[in-house]
Amino acid sequence: MKKKDVLFGLYDDEEILLKAVKEARAQHLDIMDVFTPFPVHGMEQALGLAESRLHIAGFVYGLLGTLTAFLGMTWIFTKDYPIIFGGKPFWAVPSFIPITFELTVLFASIGMTVSFYIVNGQGFGVDNPTLDDRITDDKFCLAFDKAGKSEEELNRLRDFLKRTGASEVHEKTIEKK
Amino acid sequence: MSQPVSPIREPLITGHKTYHDITEDLVSPTEKTTVSWALATMAAALMLGYGVFCLIWTFWVGIGSWNVNRTIGWGYDITNFVWWIGIGHAGTLISAILLLFRQKWRTGVNRAAEAMTIFAVMCAGLFPATHTGRPWFDFFMFPYPNTRGPLWVNFNSPLLWDLFAISTYFTVSLLFWYTGLVPDLATVRDRAKGLRRKIYAFFAMGWTGSAKHWQRFESLSLILAGLATPLVLSVHTIVSYDFATSVLPGWHTTIFPPYFVAGAIFSGFAMVQTLMTITRKLLKLEDYITIAHIESMNKVILLTGWIVGTAYLTELFIAWYSGYIYEMFAFYNRVFGPYYWAYIGMMGCNVLSPNIFWVKKFRRNVTITFFMSIFVNIGMWFERFVIIVTTLARDYLPSSWSYYWPSWVEIGIYLGTFGLFFTLYLIFVKVAPVVAVAEVKAILKTAGDQYVGVEAAKKAEATAH
Repeated sequence: MKKKDVLFGLYDDEEILLKAVKEARAQHLDIMDVFTPFPVHGMEQALGLAESRLHIAGFVYGLLGTLTAFLGMTWIFTKDYPIIFGGKPFWAVPSFIPITFELTVLFASIGMTVSFYIVNGQGFGVDNPTLDDRITDDKFCLAFDKAGKSEEELNRLRDFLKRTGASEVHEKTIEKK
Repeated sequence: MSQPVSPIREPLITGHKTYHDITEDLVSPTEKTTVSWALATMAAALMLGYGVFCLIWTFWVGIGSWNVNRTIGWGYDITNFVWWIGIGHAGTLISAILLLFRQKWRTGVNRAAEAMTIFAVMCAGLFPATHTGRPWFDFFMFPYPNTRGPLWVNFNSPLLWDLFAISTYFTVSLLFWYTGLVPDLATVRDRAKGLRRKIYAFFAMGWTGSAKHWQRFESLSLILAGLATPLVLSVHTIVSYDFATSVLPGWHTTIFPPYFVAGAIFSGFAMVQTLMTITRKLLKLEDYITIAHIESMNKVILLTGWIVGTAYLTELFIAWYSGYIYEMFAFYNRVFGPYYWAYIGMMGCNVLSPNIFWVKKFRRNVTITFFMSIFVNIGMWFERFVIIVTTLARDYLPSSWSYYWPSWVEIGIYLGTFGLFFTLYLIFVKVAPVVAVAEVKAILKTAGDQYVGVEAAKKAEATAH
């Protein structure tokens, strides 16, 4: 268990927050994270977040589904259990298509959703510490890590938050697992 | 906000809401229990109980308690199965296809529609599961290595495709719905205290609202929507294969897949309208599920109603044009045979009645919408009954012609699925926000009435002068 000291400002509107984030980036301030009640348009560019790679994972999972279904049915109906159904050849490719499609979608969806929760550090019963209860309501939070910063630097950050329009500035120690 | 104000665009959130108002309005129904809710849930549970009783009766007494016979082997069960599956289509359509088309009005209704999908698929699944006769052996339907020799299921059979399609559809819908629900459960969690907070914290999976998480969340939603779009079209296509790949006149038609998909969207939207007109009234959500939402859905109903109607007429024309005597008889029998009343019900409810929505005033009338939605659902039920029972009742051999009418047990099971559906829906309304809180907040500045619409435009002009 790791303790983390956080300095954060709460903003009332996502546009004020977005401006503050852009300014903080311009000043090369070390932003810990930004917490919002809903996805803010343009935030990932403002924060300079790398594009999510979830879709690549999704493609791989989907491919796995395609291969599982198609190769599985091929092996079953040509090697393990070759039986003629309705005069069709053993390897009746067109009638394998529906199940191949369904398993592609199934594997991709389950795989991506599970990956999403794992990389987010989420799951049933996981209790990630939050900075303020109103962040899921109507407050927009910009947080800085206090670790390794002198009092002077912290004061500068506090001023920055107030100057950019934060309605409240707080400090909190959270426990990160 | 330096956004151009459009007087033409109709606001989707009315009442000058702030972000906090949205949280308050949408989450508060989960925080109190009302008498009407408790009574409704009890009534639904009672209906469910009767359905369970009828199911037990079926397995105790045997299939003889149903009125299906050797000629008409598919009666109420498969009719209801197809009907419920069709209803399930609107949820994914609203959440996935409309997301890809960037239709903002989906945010008001998507959560409830997705929940409806999941519950409707559960109701649907009950029928084929029971229809097998020995549901405790239903796991035989899944291909798995077994000790009965090399013995596998038939991958060439549309009935097996259907199993895969429906289980995939159910799973993907559930994931899509729950993933969307997680940030809202976090909102409920952060308002709660004590045990309630602990319970919601468990289900909110430790959501914090971090920017990186939101980025991944949007990426995931978009791709799941992209995957669910062909999936939703495939499900009813495959359901229609159950019929279309057979050799029965009246079933063996290539028009079935698009016709079934359109019908499914038609009935699904009707059920969404039924639920939404009641939900918005009872939970006072008129500011979030506005007349604009209702009108949009009525337009979809009008369009899909016409697609379905065109399919009916095409079927009749092709039957005549084919010159094939059995095909011609099958359709003659549908219109003038012993089940002529079902055909009239289908045509009246599905093809004629939606035309009322050509008139804008009726499209925007909640009472008319509510009754129309019931009409459409009755019509779509008749459609499945016509396709299944009428066709089977008059097959190639006149000596085996028969007539079918459900027994009280079959009707009871059908009522039971309504009980199941409404029990689950009512529980859902009680425990989770019925409108997607985060998504509504995200569109507030582009769809709220203080930002767009006639009123906002007037105000903007007044301040400009």
